[in-house]
Amino acid sequence: MKYIDEYRDGQLARQIAATIAAEVTPGRHYGLMEFCGGHTHAISRYGIEDLLPANVRMIHGPGCPVCVLPIGRVDNAIDIASQPDVILCTYGDLLRVPGSGRRSLLKIKAAGADVRMVYSAADSLTVARENPGKRVVFFAIGFETTTPPTALVLQQAKAMGLANYSVFSNHVLTPSAIGAILDSPEVKDLGTVPLDGFIGPAHVSTVIGSRPYEAFASDYRKPVVIAGFEPLDVLQAILMLVRQLNEGRFEVENEFSRAVTRDGNRKAQAIVADVFELRPTFEWRGLGMLPNSALAIRESYAAWDAERSFHIETKTVPDNKACECGDILRGVKRPADCKLFGTVCTPENPMGSCMVSAEGACAAHWTYGRFRQAS
Amino acid sequence: MTTLQRKGPSLDFKNGRVDLSHGGGGRAMAQLVEELFVESFDNDMLRQRNDQASMAVEAGRLVMTTDGYVISPMFFPGGDIGSLSVHGTINDVAMAGAVPMALSASFIIEEGLPLADLKRIVVSMAAASKASGVPVVTGDTKVVEKGKGDGLFIATTGIGRVPDGINISGDRARPGDAILISGSMGDHGVAVMSLRESLGFETTLHSDSAALHRLVAAMVAAVPDIHCLRDPTRGGLASTLNELASQSGVGMRIRETAIPIREEVRGACELLGLDPLYVANEGKLIAIVPGAEAERLLAVMQADPLGRESSIIGTVVEDSHHFIQMETSFGGNRVVDWLAGEQLPRIC
Repeated sequence: MKYIDEYRDGQLARQIAATIAAEVTPGRHYGLMEFCGGHTHAISRYGIEDLLPANVRMIHGPGCPVCVLPIGRVDNAIDIASQPDVILCTYGDLLRVPGSGRRSLLKIKAAGADVRMVYSAADSLTVARENPGKRVVFFAIGFETTTPPTALVLQQAKAMGLANYSVFSNHVLTPSAIGAILDSPEVKDLGTVPLDGFIGPAHVSTVIGSRPYEAFASDYRKPVVIAGFEPLDVLQAILMLVRQLNEGRFEVENEFSRAVTRDGNRKAQAIVADVFELRPTFEWRGLGMLPNSALAIRESYAAWDAERSFHIETKTVPDNKACECGDILRGVKRPADCKLFGTVCTPENPMGSCMVSAEGACAAHWTYGRFRQAS
Repeated sequence: MTTLQRKGPSLDFKNGRVDLSHGGGGRAMAQLVEELFVESFDNDMLRQRNDQASMAVEAGRLVMTTDGYVISPMFFPGGDIGSLSVHGTINDVAMAGAVPMALSASFIIEEGLPLADLKRIVVSMAAASKASGVPVVTGDTKVVEKGKGDGLFIATTGIGRVPDGINISGDRARPGDAILISGSMGDHGVAVMSLRESLGFETTLHSDSAALHRLVAAMVAAVPDIHCLRDPTRGGLASTLNELASQSGVGMRIRETAIPIREEVRGACELLGLDPLYVANEGKLIAIVPGAEAERLLAVMQADPLGRESSIIGTVVEDSHHFIQMETSFGGNRVVDWLAGEQLPRIC
C-alpha cells in the first residue's frame, strides 16, 4: 500500500533500532510513556519492544477512550438503550464493555434492545433520519479526534431541526489526563513510576496542535515527541526522546509533521467550541475525578443533549477490587502484575477496561505479547 | 387420466414469490421440487424421487460433514449462497484427504423470497455441483413465515471416501513439520464486507469461493503423509492455526512476510481496522507436512490453478502454551491469537 508500507519498512526499522541501541547511555533507565492506545497497539502488533535495548521501557498510557470510560457512564448508556422506542448507536468497541451487574450493550442487544454499531457519528444521524418514530441516541466517546465529528452532527441536527436525535457526550481531553499523570504521587513525589518522557498523540494532535503540550516540557521538564501511529513513527519518536534526554533538553518535538502543526486544525476547534463547553469535573476510570477534563453539550444545543432529555444521573461504580486497571493506566503496574490478567480477565470475558479495547494495555499484551511472559 | 391429474401453470420464476404452500408438502411443494430442484440438480439418484438417496459404496473409510450457510448478502462478487454451500461442504470433506461422493441440500426459505432469486441460487448451486463432479442426491425444502428467517438458509451435508493409506487429522501436527497455505488470505471476507451498506466502500475484489478437492487429490497423491489439512474459513488463518495447534498440542512459528495478502484486502482491512489474518477464506487451505516433504508439496500445489500462490509460511514447534508466534514484517515478534468476539457477523 503506497504511503503506508513506507512507514512499516523492516529494514529501516532495524537501522533506527541500531541507532537507538548505540545512543542510549548504558546504566541509564529510559521510562517512556506512549499516551495513546493507537501507539500501544502499534508497539504490540509489530513487536517493537523486541527491537529496543533493555534499558528503554515503554509505559502504556491511558489514551484509550474505551479504557478510561467509567462504569457509571456505561450503565447510563445501557439505561438509555433499555427505554422503549430508543435506538442507541455507538462505536463497535463499546458494545462489549462490561457495565455493573455483568451487563453490557451487547447483552441487552441480545435481550431485545435496539443497539447499533456505527462507523461514524454521521451514520447515527442517518439512522435518526430513517427512523422518525424512534428516539436515536449517539453514545459519543473519544478524545479530541472524535469530538469534531460529534460536534458537526450536532450542528447538522440543529440545522435540520431533527427532534428525534440526541448525543450522550463522553468526550474527554488529552492534556488533562497527561497533567493528572504528571501530578500523581507515584510520578511526582514517590518516584515509583520513572517517567522520563512522552510519545504524544498522533490523531489528537492533528486537531489540537502541538502547543498544548508545551507546558509539560517547560514546567514538568518532560520531553514530548508527537508521533504518527505507524511503527516507524514510534521507533523514530523513541530515538528523538532518547536524544533529548541524553542532551538534557525538554522540548515538544513533532515527528508527525506530515499531519500536525503547532496550532492544529482551527476550523475543527471552532466547531467544537460552538457545541461543547468544559465540564467542571469528570470521572476517568483509573484516574478518578479530573477537573476540566471533559466536554458537555452547551445550553444552545440542549434539545439534542441526551444527558438532559433522558435525565442522566451521575453515578460512580467502583471497579472489581482485584482489578488493577487504575494502576496500569497510570503506569504504576504492568498488565502481568494483575492477578486477574489472563485468569478470569481475558479479551473474551473482560473484567477491567484495559482488557476491553484492542488498544487497551492488557488486551494488547494478552493478544500480541504474552509469549514474552511464558518464555 | 389427464383431467384427474390436472397440472396447473408453471411456476412464475419471473415475478412469483415463495409462499407457505411451497413448504406444505402438497402439490405446490411437489411442483417447486419438480420444476426447480430436480430440473437443476438432475441426476439418477434424485430422479428416483425417494426420501433418501441410495448408492453403492466401496470398502474403506468414509467421511461425513455438514454445514449451514446463512451468509448475508446472498449474492456477492465471485459467488452466492448456493455455490458457497457446495464449495464449503466439498472442502470440508476434502480436508480429510477424501474424494467427495455426494451432497445433500436442505433449504429453509423465508416466505416472500422472490422465486427468481431462489432459481438463480439453485442454478448456481447446480453449476457448482456439476463443475465439481459431486452431485446433490437428496434434499429437503421448508418454508418459514415472513420474519422468521432471512431470505434463505441452506444446509448441505457431504460424504466422501478416503483413499487407502491416507490419515489426515488436525491432531497430527508435529514439531519440525512445515506449514503451507494455498494462496492469498482474506479475499472472501473483504469481498462480502464490501457489500455491507454501512461500510460504504467498493472493491474490484472477488470471493475466492472454490472447491478444493482436485487440488487435495493432487496433493495426497504426491505426498500421502500429509499430517493436517484445514480450510481457514470463519476466523481466518489465525483462528485455524490456533485450532490446529491446540488439537495437536504444539506451537507454531510463522513469518508475516511469507503470507500473501492482496493489496485490496490490505487496504480494506486498514480502513476498517481489521486484521487480514482473521478474515474468512472460502477457497484456500492450510497444509501441515513433515519438513522434508515441504518443497515437493509446494511444487505440486503451485502447479494447480487453485494453488498458484501457495507458500511455506512457517514451522511447527514444541510449545506447551500452544502459541502461534509470528515474526512481523517489522522484525519483532508477536502472538497471533484466537479471534476475540466477531470481526463482522455472517460471512458464510
